[in-house]
Amino acid sequence: MTSPQPLSPISPLPDAEAQCRVLADLIRPGLTPDTALVGIFSGGAWIAERLVQLLGLPEEAGMIDISFYRDDFAEKGLHPQVRPTQIPFDVNDRRLILVDDVLYTGRTTRAALNELFDYGRPASIELAVLADRGCRELPVAPNYCVWNLELPRSTGLILSRDLSQGNDGHLFWELEDHA
Amino acid sequence: MPNPQLNANGELTHLLAIDGLPRETLLHILDTAASFLGIADREVKKVPLLRGKSVFNLFFENSTRTRTTFEIAAKRLSADVINLDINKSSTAKGETLLDTIDNLCAMHADMFVVRHAASGAPYLIAEHLSRMGHNDIHVVNAGDGRHAHPTQGLLDMYTIRHYKQRFEPLTVAIVGDILHSRVARSDITALIALGAREVRVIGPQTLLPTDLASMGVKVYHDMRVGLRDCDVVIMLRLQNERMDGALLPSAGEYFKHYGLTPEKLALAKPDAIVMHPGPMNRGVEIDSAVADGTQAVILNQVTFGIAVRMAVMSILAGN
Repeated sequence: MTSPQPLSPISPLPDAEAQCRVLADLIRPGLTPDTALVGIFSGGAWIAERLVQLLGLPEEAGMIDISFYRDDFAEKGLHPQVRPTQIPFDVNDRRLILVDDVLYTGRTTRAALNELFDYGRPASIELAVLADRGCRELPVAPNYCVWNLELPRSTGLILSRDLSQGNDGHLFWELEDHA
Repeated sequence: MPNPQLNANGELTHLLAIDGLPRETLLHILDTAASFLGIADREVKKVPLLRGKSVFNLFFENSTRTRTTFEIAAKRLSADVINLDINKSSTAKGETLLDTIDNLCAMHADMFVVRHAASGAPYLIAEHLSRMGHNDIHVVNAGDGRHAHPTQGLLDMYTIRHYKQRFEPLTVAIVGDILHSRVARSDITALIALGAREVRVIGPQTLLPTDLASMGVKVYHDMRVGLRDCDVVIMLRLQNERMDGALLPSAGEYFKHYGLTPEKLALAKPDAIVMHPGPMNRGVEIDSAVADGTQAVILNQVTFGIAVRMAVMSILAGN
């Protein structure tokens, strides 16, 4: 694991909490009574929690862990920290919005779609992300996206949550050097 | 000597016994099992982790529950499962264990789930696979002789953690035929590794091994003393064949001293849970009023066992 290192080119990084509010504004016009949110662990789940509040949705968001659906299981094995997927509503005939922090290769989205269909047959699924950093390997595009940027593969874009003493768990961006 | 269950990177590649496994590995299995539990409630009770893998159930000794739950676990991971009823096939014709294994390797097996009456048989298979260069084939011990039954031990730990959250404050009593029980051996090892405050065994002298004190286990012959203030009571099956020898006088006599009745259970803590690996002998080691009572979690053990076996198989297959 490489330690997070601030890189100068995109400094300062945007305010992730403000981006959540913009994302809610993008989603709001299309909301229907059937809409429900599903966040991908861990970043997407944090954002989905924010969106439920910002949009005043009556239902909690679902939380999905895609570890059992990853396409690199044969190479990497099982993720050491798998969390239970929790979807507190029936997905059948619902209009789902899948929420993730960063759209990158598209493989996580593919895995999440496969997992969701094992819960039933939603009426539709849209994709909402805070950031689209490029480098796609699958035909996946977001319906709602706040921040478009181009990053080399050697740089990781990570959404973190500040849980240090006296902090409220606000979300912030970090860059990681994978070179 | 290196632990034969771990690969060159120190990752779990076979599950042969709980002995020698770090606490973190045990907790990792339990945590992973918790994520698998919810799959049974979904519309599609399957995940694609072991898609395209072949799991061979090799049961050289009879078993219904263990074999079935391993089969369900493998199928819920999308593996192809092949059940071999060895008693009726090659072995009966004189083929050796390792020849059977070589043949199944030639059929591109990915995992063997092995139950055998001889202690150490799964070790023999794991060593053989390593010698033959089959480092990508995994072995799960589903019970070998009197030695170990690690997935039962793990599902018992899962059950205890589910109801009691933490191991540190717990007093756990294991009651019955400890001497012949691979379940008892795996439970004791796991409870000690996970830090249970006190592990007790209760049984007649003839059914207790002699090395218990050195394992840090408290020995009781009087059930009424041993059950006092326990948080968890694990009853063991009394194997009928033990009655034939000189080890025990009769089933009735055994029940009188070591059968779990509501009256004896009342000596444990009021919120104590009662576990049993099955199959139960009602009226021999356990009274029906207890087996069907509110403190029994025996059927939940079976459900948890599927999730635990899914966790074990998926962790092994990924290493």
